[in-house]
Amino acid sequence: MSGEVIRLDHAVRTRSSGGRIRQPPETVSPAGEMPNGRPTRPGISTPLPDPERVDGHRGESGPEPDEWDRRVANLLGFVRRRLTGEYPVDEFGFDTDLTDTTLLPLLRLLYQRWFRVEVSGIENVPTKGSALLVANHSGTVALDALMLSVAVHDEHPTQRHLRLLGADFVFSTPLLADLARKAGATLACNPDAERLLRSGELVGVFPEGFKGVGKPFSERYKLQRFGRGGFVSAALRSGAPIIPVSIVGAEETYPLIGNIKPLARLFGLPYFPVTPLFPWFGPLGLVPLPSKWLIEFGAPIHTTELDASPDDPMTVFNLADQVRESIQQTLYQVLLRREGVFG
Amino acid sequence: MPSKVAGFRTVLVTGVSRYLGALAAARLAADPEVERVLAVDTTPPQGEAAALLFQAPEPRTTATRQAGRTAEQKIEFIRADIQNPLIAKVIVGSEIDTVVHMAVQVSAARSARRATKELNVIGTMQLLAACQKAPALRKLVVKSSVAAYGASARDPAMFTEDTAPREMPRGGYAKDVVEVEGYVRGFSRRRPDVGTTVLRFAPFLGPRADTALTRYFSLPVVPTPLGYDPRMQFIHTDDGLEVLHRSVAEDHLGVYNVAGEGVLLLSQAIRRAGRVPVPVLELGLSTLAGFARRSGLIDFSIDQLDFLVHGRVVDTASLVKEFGYRPRPTVETFDDFVRGRDLTSVISPDNVVALERLLLDQIRQARQRMSWAGEER
Repeated sequence: MSGEVIRLDHAVRTRSSGGRIRQPPETVSPAGEMPNGRPTRPGISTPLPDPERVDGHRGESGPEPDEWDRRVANLLGFVRRRLTGEYPVDEFGFDTDLTDTTLLPLLRLLYQRWFRVEVSGIENVPTKGSALLVANHSGTVALDALMLSVAVHDEHPTQRHLRLLGADFVFSTPLLADLARKAGATLACNPDAERLLRSGELVGVFPEGFKGVGKPFSERYKLQRFGRGGFVSAALRSGAPIIPVSIVGAEETYPLIGNIKPLARLFGLPYFPVTPLFPWFGPLGLVPLPSKWLIEFGAPIHTTELDASPDDPMTVFNLADQVRESIQQTLYQVLLRREGVFG
Repeated sequence: MPSKVAGFRTVLVTGVSRYLGALAAARLAADPEVERVLAVDTTPPQGEAAALLFQAPEPRTTATRQAGRTAEQKIEFIRADIQNPLIAKVIVGSEIDTVVHMAVQVSAARSARRATKELNVIGTMQLLAACQKAPALRKLVVKSSVAAYGASARDPAMFTEDTAPREMPRGGYAKDVVEVEGYVRGFSRRRPDVGTTVLRFAPFLGPRADTALTRYFSLPVVPTPLGYDPRMQFIHTDDGLEVLHRSVAEDHLGVYNVAGEGVLLLSQAIRRAGRVPVPVLELGLSTLAGFARRSGLIDFSIDQLDFLVHGRVVDTASLVKEFGYRPRPTVETFDDFVRGRDLTSVISPDNVVALERLLLDQIRQARQRMSWAGEER
């Protein structure tokens, strides 16, 4: 649980970037607030706080830091920031405060309890500076992207945020568009990918796109074509290393056994999934199967060391193929390692 | 590199009957290096604009006093329609060396839309045609808008000056802006000796600004698009004028985004203004906008609605680099607007902080009582 505490602290310290401090924080700032709220610069992750300094209310119930009190204070502080709009948002719409306080804790339940995700190779993700995480996409609903974000944040020693690149569809769907931006995602396009990478962020991309996430269950763990390889040129241009990521377990969450195309067309969806539980069981069909997940971060491919030009299509295709092959091989190995689909 | 243009200047400013145009004219007139300001508009300025043009404050710099003329003495208002070829006579006859084109404007009121389009597009064409025949002309500064980028879900997170919109923006004003910029590009090809600066401004905000957006944020209950929380950027009126002034006083050729760094989410902005957001289905929003328009409450155009749904953020790196000037951040700009408008409500930050403290104290006391009770037992 101690990890949880640090995360809450992290959220509390993130203060308004606007420099509008209406009162001297020392006198008015309620409990749980940093006395010297350091302004956060957009696009740059906040440095991690040390957990000791936040609980300003020890002593009221003995020498032990009052965990419960601090949580109440943090919650109230969060609600106040929401009500007054005093929280920073970066240019992409990433709301660290909301992500750390609400979105990640919710996803963490799914991550820890439901899918029991196990991670290997997290040391391949750099502690600072940019990297492009390229992963396989599967599972009808893009849960793998969300779980990958939790994995990077929770397992990484410096708790970095993963900035996902999402399809057009995500950003033209009400509610989803809103949440995606607040969680740090942005549109999968080269300007955005390069901008994020240049500002030293970890960027997550699923080059298979809908071809991967919406493929039938019979083709599970078979990587689909990798789009146009735009991710490779983004990495080459910004000099960011590419880290192949293999995700096992997402395929079994919603086994896609059919696709009702007329309905998909009607709702403007990329596909209308039929799974063993959906749509037959109604809302129950929305519950993902509790498959066992394994995520492996592969060795980084350092693009700066390659003698490759981002404008040479052949190089780009070859590098994309190399990444794809690496993920595919790792998928097979990890599958062998998994004891059972639900084990 | 920015370099000062030597000699005294004669500047023509269009669109001065609007607040911003009047501000720009007054600001230029206060510059000691400016000899004359010809302020042009179809209607005579009234109210605030007139006050700015004709009752300019005491000359601030000693240089102006030495010149022997106060700022308002330098301003000459000319009632002229830039759609009329007569404007050419003014430009050539007065040996204008700088034209500041501020007349491209929004008008959402449906009835006025055609007239506005005429003024925006045909007016610009005529003005540029006149400029082309003016031998003394050395500089053209055009007030454009980030509306040129449109606003859609498929756009990159930030627009740079060379981002082409994925699709032609919806809505009259945005289309006008795109067309106007096209004509300006054509002009600068034909008159390469005239330095052309196009400034794409983010929506203006300031303590005294009065636009559709400021009225929107002043509504007690603010309708927002359900399921969207657009990222917004603003430019402070003072900063906008500073950039405009610098593009006249110094040489900064090219196209520049002018906005305050950073973003505010719509919901965040509404909270900071102490208002209550009410999410409305996107379809309902255009209906509401229609009501607002017909009742004369707020004039919202379609491109402004798109902005309210998808937001718009621009990269200002080249502005900062070229002008050596950093407009104040969007958040500060917005807060200044809120202070200037004196928007206060029940949900003021002070009240929220007080409530938070109260709740926290109550909970602490309750828990303390519980723990004492536990020990006694």
